[in-house]
Order: sequence, then structure tokens, then C-alpha cells
Amino acid sequence: MLKTTALNATHRALQAKMVDFGGWDMPLHYGSQLDEHHAVRRDAGMFDVSHMLSVDLHGEQARQFLRTLVANNIDKSTVPGKALYTCMLNPTGGIIDDLIIYFLSESWFRLVVNAGTADKDLDWIAQQSKQYAPELTITPRRDLAMIAVQGPNARAKVWQIIPDCKADTEELKPFQSVTHGDYFIARTGYTGEDGFEITLPADQAVDFWQKLHAVGVVPAGLGARDTLRLEAGMNLYGQDMDETINPFEAGLGWTVDLKSERDFIGKSALLAKTVNQQLVGLVLLDKGVLRNHQKIITQQTENAGEGEITSGGFSPTLNQSIALARVPLGVAVGEQVYVEVRNKQLAAKIVKYPFVRNGKVLV
Amino acid sequence: MSIPAELKYAKSHEWIRLEADGTATIGITQHAQELLGDMVFVELPEVGRSLALEEDCAVVESVKAASDIYAPISGEVVAVNEEVESSPEKVNEDCYSAWLFKLKPANTAEIDALLDASGYEELLASEAD
Repeated sequence: MLKTTALNATHRALQAKMVDFGGWDMPLHYGSQLDEHHAVRRDAGMFDVSHMLSVDLHGEQARQFLRTLVANNIDKSTVPGKALYTCMLNPTGGIIDDLIIYFLSESWFRLVVNAGTADKDLDWIAQQSKQYAPELTITPRRDLAMIAVQGPNARAKVWQIIPDCKADTEELKPFQSVTHGDYFIARTGYTGEDGFEITLPADQAVDFWQKLHAVGVVPAGLGARDTLRLEAGMNLYGQDMDETINPFEAGLGWTVDLKSERDFIGKSALLAKTVNQQLVGLVLLDKGVLRNHQKIITQQTENAGEGEITSGGFSPTLNQSIALARVPLGVAVGEQVYVEVRNKQLAAKIVKYPFVRNGKVLV
Repeated sequence: MSIPAELKYAKSHEWIRLEADGTATIGITQHAQELLGDMVFVELPEVGRSLALEEDCAVVESVKAASDIYAPISGEVVAVNEEVESSPEKVNEDCYSAWLFKLKPANTAEIDALLDASGYEELLASEAD
């Protein structure tokens, strides 16, 4: 039995093509993934991301616990509302999940974790809290829905339907959030565009979605979410990283704090480990489409082995194929490489990602 | 679901139209293009290549996935549709006019073995179960 969000009937009424996404019945697209992708880049689109889980940590031990639980430094979050992107590591430095932590008050932090890893994360957090923060209260918030509104006009459209929130959110900087009545509004997202991720009581989700739709926000499915996030060079858990990959190999070294004195789970393993691989961007020079797990031949291959595409696909904005790939250290930006596609070797170029940010092509 | 009565169909979701000049025109069905979604790349066989029955000979790639196209009958490739190579979205727009390639059939008995429209409709119904 697939799990459903509060918007399931709404997606079906919009004739969405529904798919099993990690046990959730979710919309892949509502007719054309390409049209939805372009709507987000050019105007505004919305995604039902209620399958992701908010987990509230309440208690005086919350900050101290997060200093141990995650690789990024929660002490960077000093202003209430601040969001922190981080990895949660296992003792060998592998990534259990990537998540956002919102600092709401000294006794209340909110974690937003991936849908597919939510149960595993909850078990892990509960297990660790027994040791490090026994008095902490951990509350999964399945009573909340989450809608991401993304695109250059996304914020203006939200202000059209909740006009009194404009004053609260106009000055909100990227990676900050604010509570506005029943709405928890964060200037975060997964598309490389401006916008909000709005968390609200699940029983208000349909009404809010329909109001957004009425002001021209285009419903967008998981298909467009994937091509947008790939263009934005953002990692996807399970593809670009998992428990066998550490943050440095996943291009997430910038989220790991090794400077502070604090000890976090996985730190000693990261310090002891030699990193041999890096995540890079690829742009296909030949015709075709790059896909996950295709092998990459580089100048380093003879000594250091092949690379592998972790997230490949067609970029609607560039109108050519792009990919994120894990390759040996030493493979440099600008280098031409070859990708094995159906017994052929197609030429591709190593680039610095993101590929697209705020509607602009960067490669 | 549009399943034109005058066409023949392969179980692997290609349609085949026998032309007056004896050649066979091949494309993918509406069911196939809907399943694949927005088409972004098409790789077609070379003209002159001889194809065996059910040989994989072309690739259509949508935003979502790559899908092999199989030769529904054996024969020699006599033409490819360059228009869909440059504009793959034409397959989504009208899959029955956006043909992929034409074959000179090697064995007409193979054509008789293909599904007719009602047979193909039954196949889709059984796959949907």
C-alpha cells in the first residue's frame, strides 16, 4: 500500500501521471515534464514535497545534540529562522542522509529529511539521542504538508495569496525562515531558482495549492524537480551519495566543519580517510543522453580507474545532456572525457557545476 | 488511446504501415510515446543496414529514460526520418505521422504475423492488468 500526501486527490484531479516514489504515490508530471521545468525557470511552479518529513527536536539538549549528530556546525545558526544544510554521517563517515536544520529557538530545532530515508533517520536519531541527549523530545510531524513554490515570480505569487505575509518575508534572505500564523515559510529550494518552501498543516494543503494554482503557479512533478535540481548541481540522496560515500567524495566538503573543536559522528573516520574521488559536472558534446551509472574514461583511467555518472539526464534549459559524475582526483575542469553509452564512446567535457542558477546558464 | 485500424503492430509497441511501393514504414505507438514522456533524442539506423527480425536498431530517449526500438520485421533500411532526429518532440505531437525509418521487407510472412489493431488493443489491456 503506497503512502499518500494530503494532495493525492488533487494530483489525480489534475490528471497527473502518478508513480511509486520510495513507497509514496507521487506525481511524476501533469502532462509535460519539459513544460513544468520551463515554468519554474521562467515564472513559477509548485511541488508537493509533503513526502519529506519534518522532525522537531524539543528540549534544552537540542543544540548540544546537533553538535554531535551532524557534520556541519549548528553553531553557525545564531539567528532564529536560520537554515543549515548538512549531512548526517555514520561512524565510518558515510552519509546516512542530507538534511536541512532550521533553528527556531534554543529549545526547538526542526530537521527536514528525505522521504526515502525518513524511517532510517528517525531510528538513528532516536538511538543516538539515548546516548547523547536522553531528555530530548523527537517528534515526527506527519501532520504537516510541504509545498515548494519556485521560480523568479514565486515569491510575488505567494504574496498575492497571503498578502499579509509580505512584510514578514520580503526581507528574508536565502536560507532563512519565518513563522507566519500556521505557515512556516523558508526561502530555500531545490531548483536553483528563488522561492519558498512552505510547511503548513496538512488539512490546509489543498486550499493553499488551489489558491496558488489560481494565480498561475504551475503544478510541477518529480520529473521536473529532478531535471531542475540536476541543472542546479544539487545532490540527490541515493544517487549522488549514500552510506558508502563521504561528503568529500559527494562534492559536499563545504558542509563539513573540521575547524571547530567539537567531535561529531563520523569525524574521526573523515580525518583518517584518503579521498580519491571527486564530484564534477559533465556536458555531453556528442548527441545523446547521459544516464546514471554510465562509465567515464578519463586521462586518469589507466592509473586511477574509470569514473561513473551519478545523476545524468537531459537539461531542458541547455537543450543538451548534462550529468554529475564521480571521477578520480586530478581530472580537471575543461578536460575532455569519454562516456560509454551503449557500446559507443561519446565525448563530454568536465565543467564546474551548477549548470544553471537563477535562470542563467553558467557552463 | 488512438490505435489506427489500417496499421499493424508489434508487441514491442512499434507500428508498421505497408506502403504501395512495397516498403514498410515504422514508428512507435501512442501508448509507447505516452509511457516514455517528453522525447529529447532519437538515434536511427543507417540507411542500407540489414535488420534481423526483432533486432534492436534504434533508440528513443525521453527526459525520463532510453528505450530500444526493435525491427518488427526483417529487411533493409531504405530511409530514416531526419526530421525526428532534429525535432524528437514530433513523436510526442503525432506519433503516427512522425515515423522513424522505412524498411524493404525481406520476408512478407513476418508481416502477417504482426498484430492488427484489435490484437494490439488486447495486448495493451492485458499489460494494464
